[in-house]
Amino acid sequence: MAEIRNYTLNFGPQHPAAHGVLRLVLEMDGEVIERADPHIGLLHRGTEKLAESKPYNQSIGYMDRLDYVSMMCNEHGYVRAIEKLLGIAAPPRAQYIRTMFDEITRILNHLMWLGTHALDVGAMTVFLYCFREREDLMDCYEAVSGTRMHATYYRPGGVYRDLPDQMPRYEQSQFGSAAEARRRNASREGSLLDFIEEFIDRFPGLVDEYETLLTDNRIWKQRTVGIGVVTPERARQLGFTGPMLRGSGVAWDLRKKQTYAAYDQVEFDIPIGTNGDCYDRYLVRVEEFRQSARIVKQCVQWLRENPGPVMIDDHKIAPPMRAAMKDDMEALIHHFKLFTEGYCPPPGEVYAAVEAPKGEFGCYIVSDGANKPYRLKVRAPGFPHMAAMDEMARGHMLADAVAIIGTMDIVFGEIDR
Amino acid sequence: MTPEDRLEKLEEALEEHLEDFADCRRERAPGELTLTVPREQLIPVMRVLRETRDLAFEQCIDVCGVDYAAYGDSEWVTTSAANAGFGRGAVRDTREADPQNRFAAVYHLLSMDNNVRLRVKTFLDADRPIVDSVVDIWASALWYEREAFDLFGIMFQGHPDLRRILTDYGFIGHPFRKDFPLIGHVEMRYDPEQQRVIYEPVSIEPRTLVPRVIREDSRYEEGWKPQASTEEAE
Repeated sequence: MAEIRNYTLNFGPQHPAAHGVLRLVLEMDGEVIERADPHIGLLHRGTEKLAESKPYNQSIGYMDRLDYVSMMCNEHGYVRAIEKLLGIAAPPRAQYIRTMFDEITRILNHLMWLGTHALDVGAMTVFLYCFREREDLMDCYEAVSGTRMHATYYRPGGVYRDLPDQMPRYEQSQFGSAAEARRRNASREGSLLDFIEEFIDRFPGLVDEYETLLTDNRIWKQRTVGIGVVTPERARQLGFTGPMLRGSGVAWDLRKKQTYAAYDQVEFDIPIGTNGDCYDRYLVRVEEFRQSARIVKQCVQWLRENPGPVMIDDHKIAPPMRAAMKDDMEALIHHFKLFTEGYCPPPGEVYAAVEAPKGEFGCYIVSDGANKPYRLKVRAPGFPHMAAMDEMARGHMLADAVAIIGTMDIVFGEIDR
Repeated sequence: MTPEDRLEKLEEALEEHLEDFADCRRERAPGELTLTVPREQLIPVMRVLRETRDLAFEQCIDVCGVDYAAYGDSEWVTTSAANAGFGRGAVRDTREADPQNRFAAVYHLLSMDNNVRLRVKTFLDADRPIVDSVVDIWASALWYEREAFDLFGIMFQGHPDLRRILTDYGFIGHPFRKDFPLIGHVEMRYDPEQQRVIYEPVSIEPRTLVPRVIREDSRYEEGWKPQASTEEAE
């Protein structure tokens, strides 16, 4: 009898299906995975250590770069921890804006996830469809913060500025004709809220499009049904949160259970799966598209009817208006102190979490009363998911490892930090 | 039931179930409950926390290390700065503040049944920061403990696979300790002569852009209440 030996396969760190820089050392028995050992940290930038050397507000921008496909949710987690430390709360309009942008971010993230997951498994079209919609949502980011991705829009005590009354428009250029610009500007005639509403009204129809391509697709089901099954007990034990946990049938969502921002004012449902396989997690996330659209719609309604401040009035924390600084000494001093030194929260420690698209994103801050955090620990949702790779992939075929990485919604910015 | 009520109930349950562990200290802050456990009792206490029906902390959300070596240090001393001014060159002489309690391993637990969170903290000394691993209680601690080992050098006894996780292969030192400089010890470049990537001591100087300041703020003194900013805004 021939000698049978396990084969070690090195997957990544530069592999298109590894969703970034993941090195996976797979021990194979033929085509079956015996053991998976993910090597992470190739994108480690020491965000937490960097945050220790900067005033609180200067680290908000780093949060965008953790999970770089759900930017504003990360900011929300960090900003909420600071607010808890300072004992302040943002005004209601800011809470609604945050809720709306959290859900826009969730749609952005799930679109990215759906596109790449489907691409990994072999469906090209979904990817193109998803990125078409992401473009519109990134325009919302741009309209409100001036940048398409790394917004730095949330601030302790509210949001940086109110929603713009006018949507940025396209102009004729050497790359696009006047007719093309007119076509693209059709939905940009009004304010940002008009643009979002127009998008949200047509979005459920677009989700139907993705579903026609995938939900009953025989190949898609063959690749995802029964793959990477996690029981509810194991999911809790492994520290799963978000859609990974709900796919296993545990109804746990921080937006409902430990509510924050304006989530207690809006109506939405929490979808859960039954089998805990890749297909169920797909269904959960697709339903979250529809629920997010529902929340955004309600927020748009509320924001239209209720103008008001979007930042607290405490100039020890929030900068004064530029106009006030011109003839008010106090405002000038506040501005100077805030941007040269920042604010000193009381000593203590806080943990605040939000339901980011991938799961629970939490920030643990230890403060010793200085203007910089003494220690910041970011609890990234993807980290425990990646840790479960070995358990989920064991006994599956090599091709299924790709489906499992896809279903975990892995982004290395947050795992490696 | 409000979150504060749930914490209240949790405190009562802890009092009842942890009466055998007299050395555990509880600390309450708005929305937060911290339990400080001596390191020898960590595993039995954690088992009680997970397995008692009233507590039911089924999920270990996070494990992390904290280095308290520079806690409360300020780079800006106002009285002497008035005479001499503040220099931007950073002076880094980390004082050994209480070497018995230099490190802390911090566990964030979540009970889904009771919908409460609990922070468990155990202090470790500077020379032998060793604590028992909770991997047998929560599987999610597997990577979290590797991370705390990698970044702080905290040893987790009984951990099945205590390797570095985030830093480079062959990395020396524990980068999140307070005596590890932000700029690191080595830098890496490609050497065209040797035709390989080489490590060299860092060539840049550490500097402070914004000094670390601790201010006595009257608003945070005992008895001061945060203003209800939502009302003020309206």
